[in-house]
Amino acid sequence: MSQFAINLIFVGGSFLLYIGIAIWARAGSTSDFYVAGGGIHPITNGMAIGADWMSAASFISMAGLIAAGGYANSTFLMGWTGGYVLLAMLLAPYLRKFGKFTVPEFIGDRFYSNKARLVAVICLIVASLTYVIGQMAGAGVAFSRFLEVDSTTGLMIAAVVIFSYSVMGGMKGITYTQVAQYCVLIMAYTIPAVFISLELTGNPIPALGLFSTHIDSGLPILTKLNQVITDLGFNEYTANVDNKLNMVLFTLTLMIGTAGLPHVIIRFFTVPKVADARWTAGWALVFIALLYLTAPAVASMARLNLMTTIYPDGTAAAPIEYDNRPQWVKAWEVTGLITYEDKNQDGRIQLYNDTPAFEETAQSRGWNGNEMVVNRDILVLANPEIANLPGWVIGLIAAGGLAAALSTAAGLLLAISSAVSHDLIKGSINPGITDKGELLAARISMAVAIVVATYLGANPPGFAAQVVALAFGIAAASLFPALMMGIFSKRVNNKGAIAGMLAGLAFTLTYIFVYKGWLFIPGTNNLADIPENWVFGISPLSIGAIGAVVNFTVAFGLSHATEEPPIEIQELVESVRYPRGAGEAQGH
Amino acid sequence: MSGHSENAEQYWKANLRLIYGSLIIWALVSYGFGILLRPMLSGIAVGGTDLGFWFAQQGSILTFIVLIFFYAWRMNKLDEKFGVGEE
Repeated sequence: MSQFAINLIFVGGSFLLYIGIAIWARAGSTSDFYVAGGGIHPITNGMAIGADWMSAASFISMAGLIAAGGYANSTFLMGWTGGYVLLAMLLAPYLRKFGKFTVPEFIGDRFYSNKARLVAVICLIVASLTYVIGQMAGAGVAFSRFLEVDSTTGLMIAAVVIFSYSVMGGMKGITYTQVAQYCVLIMAYTIPAVFISLELTGNPIPALGLFSTHIDSGLPILTKLNQVITDLGFNEYTANVDNKLNMVLFTLTLMIGTAGLPHVIIRFFTVPKVADARWTAGWALVFIALLYLTAPAVASMARLNLMTTIYPDGTAAAPIEYDNRPQWVKAWEVTGLITYEDKNQDGRIQLYNDTPAFEETAQSRGWNGNEMVVNRDILVLANPEIANLPGWVIGLIAAGGLAAALSTAAGLLLAISSAVSHDLIKGSINPGITDKGELLAARISMAVAIVVATYLGANPPGFAAQVVALAFGIAAASLFPALMMGIFSKRVNNKGAIAGMLAGLAFTLTYIFVYKGWLFIPGTNNLADIPENWVFGISPLSIGAIGAVVNFTVAFGLSHATEEPPIEIQELVESVRYPRGAGEAQGH
Repeated sequence: MSGHSENAEQYWKANLRLIYGSLIIWALVSYGFGILLRPMLSGIAVGGTDLGFWFAQQGSILTFIVLIFFYAWRMNKLDEKFGVGEE
């Protein structure tokens, strides 16, 4: 059977499963549509959060980022998991007790202000839309590589599949498809990793393999990797980072951004009890950790595999001839994600770090510049091919990458559509709308959100590449502090909260725009985005944490200078702190 | 609603203490051992590298899981003790 046929079976089979679930789990009320009727078990919900959270970026790109950056990019591992501790202790149980459908609804009620609710809706839509474009584009790329269609066609197929289960089933359909998608993506991620870990270290658990001995050399695998890449002019994989302030702030921005992202928070509204919201956070992190503990192993092993493929006789000997390159290199050359240029005309592949410090060594070996560029996003997708694994593993990876992209996209689209139908339409435009009318509005909002996301996925605007800066920056600087103050302070009032959110947002966006261009329009940046220009060495990607401090400071300062919130609001804060009396999540 | 009773206030204070303690550990394993204190731990070898590297790539995540389950377990006990849990 051809690889194409195998891929088709795996991807097609998984799609049939998702659509089957969608037909089974239709939504009959707004409660079904927004919070799956509030009856999801914490373990089921933990799995759904795993799929909701782990996007194309986690599945496809993260191992590549770590492979390229080594220790320095541990920030993503800590940042994208540490937020769950904050969710479990600072937000999720109290928001579940509050018992409404959306994040802006809490902000609007707690700060007794439709303006506050509107600011939250705008933050939610900008953060989620930026995020979803990347997922749609990622699904398009995965389709084009594995099903040999062009990426726009791939994008259309992805849109139709998401449409079929999210418009019909809302949160209920999305929850159960996410559980299935989690199973597909975690198998797809770990099976090749187990094979590779066995091959390199003899240890079947990749997370342990990372700290085991490399069979061929008898050295610990990280020592071996450090040797190989420093021989080729790269930094040590485990090298320390000088700019610790930036590393801390970047990790912190990712953590509080994770905790403030609405598509994750609303998943906590689907469990029956406050205690379940706490357990959910723990189970979610268990399921996320299965991938996140495997990723650093995949990163280092794939990088070592890549280097030994190019330098089969060791780094001191000549690299392989281009004509003898393996099949997977040829396959990825077609997509343009691996490029080769024979700069010194010797017919071999010189892959090394082309820096002034290494120039002398390179010249003495007759090298004339780095000749092969490997896009780091292909690392996970090409992993089974690099390790010579059977065809069905490649089919599984294709289905897994798509599951990761689709599940996150559906969660984000639900967050967007519920903000539109519940916060804008029912909250402001037509408060008297019936439950049936709102359900229809929710379905239409979902359909429109899918069309917009598909269009933007096919024609990505400049800001689509700025997911980390925009989505995490906004969630960290505006939503997270507002939610936390709403629960932990009775004193913060409407004026303080609105001014705080706007100040955090303005501060963060200004800092990002100064380096990345105003509204990300190329050429409009005031300063080049290089470390020498950053204030105190703080990168624009790390500024969200400082934005959060600005938000807290402004909100507390202004609240204490103005009147106390009304007594019924202080009672509302009291009530969210105690689990007793939490019913099923509901609208007004 | 248990409202402003002394009992409820005690419960909330106990919750805050638990959160402070948990967040100190949360910060210590990630920002501490994983980032700022890594040079201090460089003497402790772990499979070809040092303890700080392990905390940054695995140890912090494992600690986060333990922290959340510990918090959930303790809070359920507190809910019961102070009689503010769900029926």
